[in-house]
Amino acid sequence: MNFPILSSLILLPFIGALFLFFTRSSNDNKITVKYVALFTSLVTFFLSLYLWILFDQTISEFQFVEDRVWIKDLINYKVGVDGISILFIILTTFITPLCIISVNNSIKSRLNEFLIAILIMETFMIGVFCSLDLVVFYLFFEAGLIPMFLIIGIWGGSRRVYSAFKFFLFTLLGSVLMLVAIISIYWITGTTDVTQLYDLGIDVKYQNLLWLAFFSSFAVKTPMWPVHTWLPDAHVEAPTAGSVLLAAILLKMAGYGFIRFSLGLFPSASEVFTPLIYTLSVIAIIFTSLIALMQEDMKKLIAYSSVAHMGFVTLGIFTIQQQGIEGSIIQMISHGLVSAALFLCVGVVYDRMHSRLITTYGGIVTIIPKYAVLFMLFTLAALGLPGTSGFVGEFLILMAAFKDNFLVAVLASLGVIIGAAYMLWLYKRVIFGKLINTELKKMIDLNRSEAFTLTCLAIPTLYFGFYPEPLINTIEVSINDLINKYNYNVASK
Amino acid sequence: MNNIELIFPEIFISLSIMFLLILGVFKKNGSIIVHNISLLVLLITAVITFNETIGVGQRILFNESIVIDYLSSFMKIITLIAAFVVLLISSSYLKTFKIFKIEYPILILSSVLGMMVMISSNDLIVFYMGLELQSLALYVLATFNRDQLQSSEAGLKYFVLSALSSGLLLYGCSLIYGFTGSTNFNLIASQFNTNEYALTFGIVFILVGLAFKISAVPFHMWAPDVYEGSPTSVTLFFTMVPKIAALTVFIRFLYVPFLNLIDQWQMILVFLSIASMLFGAIAAIGQKNLKRLIAYSSISHIGYALAGLATGSNDGIQSSVIYITIYIVMNLGFFSCLLMMKRNNVYYEKIEDLSGLSKNHPLLSLSLLVILFSLAGIPPLAGFFAKFYIFKSVIEQSMYFLAIVGLLSTVVAAFYYLRIIKIMYFDEEKESYDKDHSLWLKFSLSVSTLIILIYFIFPSQLIDAVSKINII
Repeated sequence: MNFPILSSLILLPFIGALFLFFTRSSNDNKITVKYVALFTSLVTFFLSLYLWILFDQTISEFQFVEDRVWIKDLINYKVGVDGISILFIILTTFITPLCIISVNNSIKSRLNEFLIAILIMETFMIGVFCSLDLVVFYLFFEAGLIPMFLIIGIWGGSRRVYSAFKFFLFTLLGSVLMLVAIISIYWITGTTDVTQLYDLGIDVKYQNLLWLAFFSSFAVKTPMWPVHTWLPDAHVEAPTAGSVLLAAILLKMAGYGFIRFSLGLFPSASEVFTPLIYTLSVIAIIFTSLIALMQEDMKKLIAYSSVAHMGFVTLGIFTIQQQGIEGSIIQMISHGLVSAALFLCVGVVYDRMHSRLITTYGGIVTIIPKYAVLFMLFTLAALGLPGTSGFVGEFLILMAAFKDNFLVAVLASLGVIIGAAYMLWLYKRVIFGKLINTELKKMIDLNRSEAFTLTCLAIPTLYFGFYPEPLINTIEVSINDLINKYNYNVASK
Repeated sequence: MNNIELIFPEIFISLSIMFLLILGVFKKNGSIIVHNISLLVLLITAVITFNETIGVGQRILFNESIVIDYLSSFMKIITLIAAFVVLLISSSYLKTFKIFKIEYPILILSSVLGMMVMISSNDLIVFYMGLELQSLALYVLATFNRDQLQSSEAGLKYFVLSALSSGLLLYGCSLIYGFTGSTNFNLIASQFNTNEYALTFGIVFILVGLAFKISAVPFHMWAPDVYEGSPTSVTLFFTMVPKIAALTVFIRFLYVPFLNLIDQWQMILVFLSIASMLFGAIAAIGQKNLKRLIAYSSISHIGYALAGLATGSNDGIQSSVIYITIYIVMNLGFFSCLLMMKRNNVYYEKIEDLSGLSKNHPLLSLSLLVILFSLAGIPPLAGFFAKFYIFKSVIEQSMYFLAIVGLLSTVVAAFYYLRIIKIMYFDEEKESYDKDHSLWLKFSLSVSTLIILIYFIFPSQLIDAVSKINII
């Protein structure tokens, strides 16, 4: 494989952003600008699909590896994918064009800059999932803060400044410790190359501290209780497309990081800290579900539900079983699709009524039936109804959890019930009930682009709900390999 | 006299100063020509330094009082280039205030000469001589806008406090001379007796004097006032150029004679570094004036450079040199933006004057955005790499505490950089500023922004250049 397909994936959105940078933004060429962005992101998407086709599912090694000297004797620019990362790349490239389609009405000013920010964000996100060097990973991981900060801050709602600052500083604070850990790893082992580190292993006596340093970064990004507080703020204030990116992809960086780095590099520390993760995950699942139950603001409710869903993900990862990790990855993919769709759904009604409060709505089922159907689908997917992708992930995670720790699994299952409660209650209050607010009668049903984006998200949600084989086949071998290495390392301790 | 070509740059620059003085006195309205010749002189000196002294290895001249090595050449070239750019972009500012006079370039040249002597000094006396030459020029530069009360105040404050620190420094020199019998760095190294407490006192006094010159906490009190009061172009000079020279002396003074006493001075440097990083970051939060804010930010940045020096390793020195180089580029960019905030011949320097800048001046604010994120150390911009190298060398020596405090203070510092970005991008727009800036100003802004932006593509070049520095 000589064609640097991964680097092209990383660079393509950036090149598109450069194009946009040099186009003069005015009201006349709004459509053109949007098409350029859309075109770029679609090309990226198809390239990533092509990558999936070329991808060999039967081997666990990294594929399409590119290794170039970047800083001599220090860092190599190394990228590659395995079964774990490839799905996230496809998720990223799939969600971004939908985001771009969805910016129809919500972004009034500086559309050009907004699209640039989204495309640059895509570059960084693909970079995170490809990079096989800790420093390169850190670079992409942190760089994503800049466009997201601007997306929230410039195009956000009324409390956007507060939210943008909170988002930026929380994440940065978590990440600096990871930088210390990365440099320490460099001095302990002499390399920051992930594949070499997998082979070398890191001395057990350093692992616990290093694990904690990585954890501090990933926990903020996941987000886990009690450092989740930035997420509701960021979600609520961000424009719809920003919320979608944040929920669908940014949060997955941490889950991916847990699998790739925490489990892969620090197996014995992961074993030590599993109880901590279990506890935090269970608290996240139950506590934030309860909080979600009480929310007045639709976006905030979905944001809290994200925290709860990510609680399942961390729980599943640290069961350290085939099913658990598979479930986590599927849960992340599914959450990426479903939460993106839910935020888009909120965006749809927000664009019409300019309110996110649940009490504004009610009884709109007859007014906008198409919307009601799709919203229903995603609500059910969010609560994990069998036949939707949400079910597969949750089911696998809970199964693995039951094998490992009965109490944790029972408590987590409780979270599923509360999850069903708040999602259904949300749906009932927004869609059904009596039509009190007469303003609502003027609402128009989904327009073409909205219907298109939501349908695009609905198809994989249903498809993978009934037939998750393609996902599982892709990740199976890599996870198996990861767990074997893990068991080997823990046993040989 | 052998090897005279090695100090040809210094000779050339001093002759030029004399020539320019005479030219300035006898030629009516000669400020433009003096200005241009000075630019040329700085450029030629940089070229000579590059040609004559790079690659000659370490040479020690004049009874071992002057040392020419890779470090000195590198630092001299940075100094000269930085001074060149300062001079290049300050003319329109000076013209606005009607202080475009012949003295300005000549004073800058003299202070640069002083710094070059400092950078090459291998002897306490030579070092002191250079230091005083540059300081005297700087006092006058600080008061250069005579009609403004603030400027005079800045100069006076700088003069009084700087004289005090020079006194401490001299006292330290005399202690060291008294207990080793020499002022020469190499001789001191071979002669001192580690048990002498007085020698440690001497080191401490000299460190205090030097810390004052680079405005490290707790000897930073002068910096915000002086930076705020001085003309902006002079502030730009202050924030970068004297620090290069002082940092070089720091390196030479600590690593040549007193490397064996590292236990004694390492603690001091770690303290200076941590205090500067934290204080600079926290104190900047409340600032309303951009020049004052950049004063605190420069205090905090000097803290990072000192962290590299505190390691006691060659890697540490190299990372400090990289840091100061990248810092200079960022600072140049920042001040270029500051010098562009002009409307009807009035310069604006409050943070709130930046409000909504992004709507009227998209490119200017984008550049400032890049520079600020880089100052905050966010990847993939150059500022991140600067910090990365520092922390790499710090962690190599297992100084985890220093590394963690340093990184946490970057988070605090990020807050005030973000605040500026917030005002530029999130707030309502105000009247727009003039757009007809001098070509050079635009040039320096765009070049520095580009360097910051694309540094990550070619990170090895700077490392290669710096890796030849070998002090230990």
